[in-house]
Amino acid sequence: MAHTHPIEGTIIFDGAIAQRGYALNKLCFSFNDRANRDAFLADEDAYCEKFGLDAAQRAAIAHRNVTELLDAGGNVYYLAKFAGIFGLDVQDIGAQQLGVTKEASVPG
Amino acid sequence: MAHIIGGIGTTHVPSIGGAIAKGKQTDPYWKPFFDMFPPVRGWLKSERPDVVVVIYNDHGLNFFLDKMPTFAIGAAASYHNADEGWGLPVVRSFTGDPALSWHLAEGLVADEFDIVTCQEMLVDHAFVVPMQLLYPDVDPAGAGADWPVRVVPISINTVQHPIPSAARCYKFGQAIGRAIRRYDQDINVLVVGTGGLSHQLEGTRAGFINKEFDRLCLDRLVAHPKDLTKYSSEELVELAGSQGVELLNWIAMRGALGDNVDAISSSYHVPISNTASAVLALAAA
Repeated sequence: MAHTHPIEGTIIFDGAIAQRGYALNKLCFSFNDRANRDAFLADEDAYCEKFGLDAAQRAAIAHRNVTELLDAGGNVYYLAKFAGIFGLDVQDIGAQQLGVTKEASVPG
Repeated sequence: MAHIIGGIGTTHVPSIGGAIAKGKQTDPYWKPFFDMFPPVRGWLKSERPDVVVVIYNDHGLNFFLDKMPTFAIGAAASYHNADEGWGLPVVRSFTGDPALSWHLAEGLVADEFDIVTCQEMLVDHAFVVPMQLLYPDVDPAGAGADWPVRVVPISINTVQHPIPSAARCYKFGQAIGRAIRRYDQDINVLVVGTGGLSHQLEGTRAGFINKEFDRLCLDRLVAHPKDLTKYSSEELVELAGSQGVELLNWIAMRGALGDNVDAISSSYHVPISNTASAVLALAAA
């Protein structure tokens, strides 16, 4: 949908994005279960294949790149579950997007 | 009849659960945060609620984007926490109050809030962390002291737009309050709203915090909550950050308390993780 005005540096996760990112977010949602996290780590290609990611989503997962994952329709709450596989938290997610260290990304 | 003792708004950042699990409450980073809670707990000890109604938002533990209710209420005899994917220990289960849950569902639907009812509902950190903060003597692992209260979880969608407006959430809270006060049991009820305050996790504005707006919210929530109902959802995103819209849970909590409240405690600390943290306790008049 069209929003009244864009907010700089901000994504409004709406129906259009939720639809575009559905497969990617469903993959990330599955990481609530340890067995699924282990299956992903054991065979990433096969695991992604099951969820039907598009090319951009598959590349974003391969690159572990937060900005690409968001551009591909990812929601940050689901992406946090993907990041969790690698022991990363929302501060790491923030720092990677800003291109700074975790320490430098902390708001004050 | 049921009596609402008041309400509490509190931050629910997941890393708080991690700090509790590791016993870091007195570490320099965490001490200013945990020091905000003793006055709130003191008030709770004197008021002794029987039931806590927790208004929160699920972050992808119970609800996925396949079915995303705007408003949902638990109607279960017990509620379980579960693995959210990033290592927070699973906390012991909670005892529900299904009779009160169904009474609230009846009252809300009669009041034109056609809420989704859930006889199974996993509760995520947004429910669990506030309960741990309010009841630190409970053994989260399950061996020692159990939760001293029954619970009713109520979730508001703050994840996928369109999210309900601030005005709608305030009216939703008012309807919850009316339904509680009509409940034919002599119980004391606490209403909790969780999340916020300002924060944003994604985009080039990641790390955004708005102290001025947070202070305004903490002030207005006491005596002039309707001042906060003028904001559109987009304005809230702009002012509070895209995840700061969890303020809606606080606004609903405040709606349940009635017109007049007394502030028991109000504290604010920046940052916890990438979030402006706060706790506000309000006694209903």
